[in-house]
Amino acid sequence: MNQDIYVLIEHLQGEIADISYIMLAAARDLAESTGGQVVGVLLGHDAQGLADDLAADQVFYADHPALKEFASDAYLKTVASLIQERTPRAILFGNTTIGADVASVLSARLSLSLVSSCVKISEGKLISQICGGKIMAESELDENTTLVTMIPGGYKTEAGQSDAPPAIETFDAPALDDLRVTLKGYVEPETGDVDISKEEILVAIGRGIQVEDNIELAEELAEFLGGTICASRPIVDQGWLPVSRMVGKSGQTVKPKLYLALGISGAPEHVEGMAGSEMIVAINMDPNAPIFDIATYGIEFDFFDLIDPLLEQLEDA
Amino acid sequence: MPNIVALVKMVPDLVEELEINDSGTGLDRDWLRVIINEFDNHAVEQAIIIKERDGGEVTVIAPEAEGVEDMLFTTAAKGADRMVKLSHDDFEEGVNNHALARAFAEKAKEYQPDLILTGVQANDDLDGPVGPLVAEYLGMPYLGYICGVKIEDGKALVCKEYPGGLTAQMEVSLPAVLGIQAGEEPPRYVAISKVRQMMKTAEIDEHETDELDPDGGIAVNRMYLPEDAGRAEMIEGDEDEIAAKLIEIFKEVGAL
Ligand SMILES: Cc1cc2nc3c(=O)[nH]c(=O)nc-3n(C[C@H](O)[C@H](O)[C@H](O)COP(=O)(O)OP(=O)(O)OC[C@H]3O[C@@H](n4cnc5c(N)ncnc54)[C@H](O)[C@@H]3O)c2cc1C
Ligand SMILES: Nc1ncnc2c1ncn2[C@@H]1O[C@H](COP(=O)(O)O)[C@@H](O)[C@H]1O
Repeated sequence: MNQDIYVLIEHLQGEIADISYIMLAAARDLAESTGGQVVGVLLGHDAQGLADDLAADQVFYADHPALKEFASDAYLKTVASLIQERTPRAILFGNTTIGADVASVLSARLSLSLVSSCVKISEGKLISQICGGKIMAESELDENTTLVTMIPGGYKTEAGQSDAPPAIETFDAPALDDLRVTLKGYVEPETGDVDISKEEILVAIGRGIQVEDNIELAEELAEFLGGTICASRPIVDQGWLPVSRMVGKSGQTVKPKLYLALGISGAPEHVEGMAGSEMIVAINMDPNAPIFDIATYGIEFDFFDLIDPLLEQLEDA
Repeated sequence: MPNIVALVKMVPDLVEELEINDSGTGLDRDWLRVIINEFDNHAVEQAIIIKERDGGEVTVIAPEAEGVEDMLFTTAAKGADRMVKLSHDDFEEGVNNHALARAFAEKAKEYQPDLILTGVQANDDLDGPVGPLVAEYLGMPYLGYICGVKIEDGKALVCKEYPGGLTAQMEVSLPAVLGIQAGEEPPRYVAISKVRQMMKTAEIDEHETDELDPDGGIAVNRMYLPEDAGRAEMIEGDEDEIAAKLIEIFKEVGAL
């Protein structure tokens, strides 16, 4: 086994995903304690140029038509053969629609240990964030190649970017036939009535709003503030608001001047989409809600007790 | 007609306060309240939607936990045909997903499933989600982040979520395991009377799991609550005082 830390570089429709840079930054931390190098693993087709701004000591690149865009089987075969041939100390994957499909299967296929939802690595310790951000768990590398899935939050994307293109070594993908999973195409999101990523004032509602009828209250509030309403995933999954209003990992990334979070717990998947807001005000009756760790102002209160006095005072303001 | 197996586990209810056990390496399970994993609930819904469309049978498998019978009867009231409870002394204190996936795989294969559905992840996963592990133990392909499934000519055509609302259409040969992010419809409600009726008429198959093999998970050195680093400035007071302070803040950012 060598001491290098590999990172499976994620890209989609010709663009590197931010999680790739975040993982390169984390890999740098880990490589410092193992004494190895940071190696980006890039799979694609005519995609070598994507490596240009990766902050890696080296990039291994495999080119194959079946690797043009992500489909799990082709990725799995290629990464499995690379790990078996080169036995890195660890390999980082995004805990994403790409990486999560690959890492766990490899853990079972190659009998390698897996740590998931890692947010930060320091002095060789892997810190995972679970239970919607309410619990942290610390573990370390196993004696064999360790598989890790990473979530954002612990590193800035810029920390994984570099002006100096890394050295590239190409490697051959294994035979990629009899694939059981194939990509048929992408479906672009429907454009909504508003683009919440461009709004300056957002009133965000979460499961704490309890029933659909209460959305009106948030709308009234938003109207006073000249803002727009958006939501966490459960609200959209209930069909109460369209997908275009969802903030977070599977929704939009927003950076408003004011993000007023009503009854949102602050799960990592939500925070990912709104942590860059200039000011965050959170109303939540759970004193331990993780949203209070990233908010500017926190109000530990039942939203329903607060809304009437607030609307009344806004009327007068 | 597809044979569908849905794999379900109970996870900590995050509305409750979570505490760490005395050894400092896991959750304190004494007072822990558990509920169905939200995404497993979507997986059950998706299984029943497919059954309603294409026929077939739905079997729900879950490991023992407080309240698991009620959860299973609820899935039966929604339309599941068979309920299976895996039992083992260790389930109640929590096992890692590698051990659970091996137990799920061993039981699931008895039903010769065309499709195995489970939630894309669970809030207490520390060694990856269950779905892809089960897939590999059974030699089936896996796709996660799934938001829709159509069965056609021995294949599944699925909708897979990417960030920003983008989706991919992927084709996967059957049998396969899918990690469900959201069913095609939100999980349905069933009247409690219907669940009660199931409790009287339906039966849960209980299956003793022989051996739990946790290999592939990593030992936790330390579990802890997040430190209050960079915590929000908390606004105190009664309703009116808080509302007044909020209005000041709104003015300060130019929202008023
Ligand atoms: C692959 C994947 C992708 C995901 N993508 C996203 C995403 O893009 N966006 C997203 O948001 N989530 C996403 N999630 C879901 C995420 O994990 C959380 O489940 C979700 O963010 C929780 O939403 P919530 O905060 O509204 O609900 P909860 O976590 O249930 O929180 C509700 C909060 O409301 C509070 N509350 C209740 N009643 C009141 C009241 N009367 N007054 C004040 N407070 C009250 C409670 O204390 C609680 O903190 C994703 C999950 C997965 C697995
Ligand atoms: N209406 C409420 N306003 C503020 N806090 C509450 C309210 N209801 C419950 N809580 C708090 O939420 C936690 C869980 O409460 P319960 O769900 O009632 O067990 C407890 O710590 C309560 O203090």
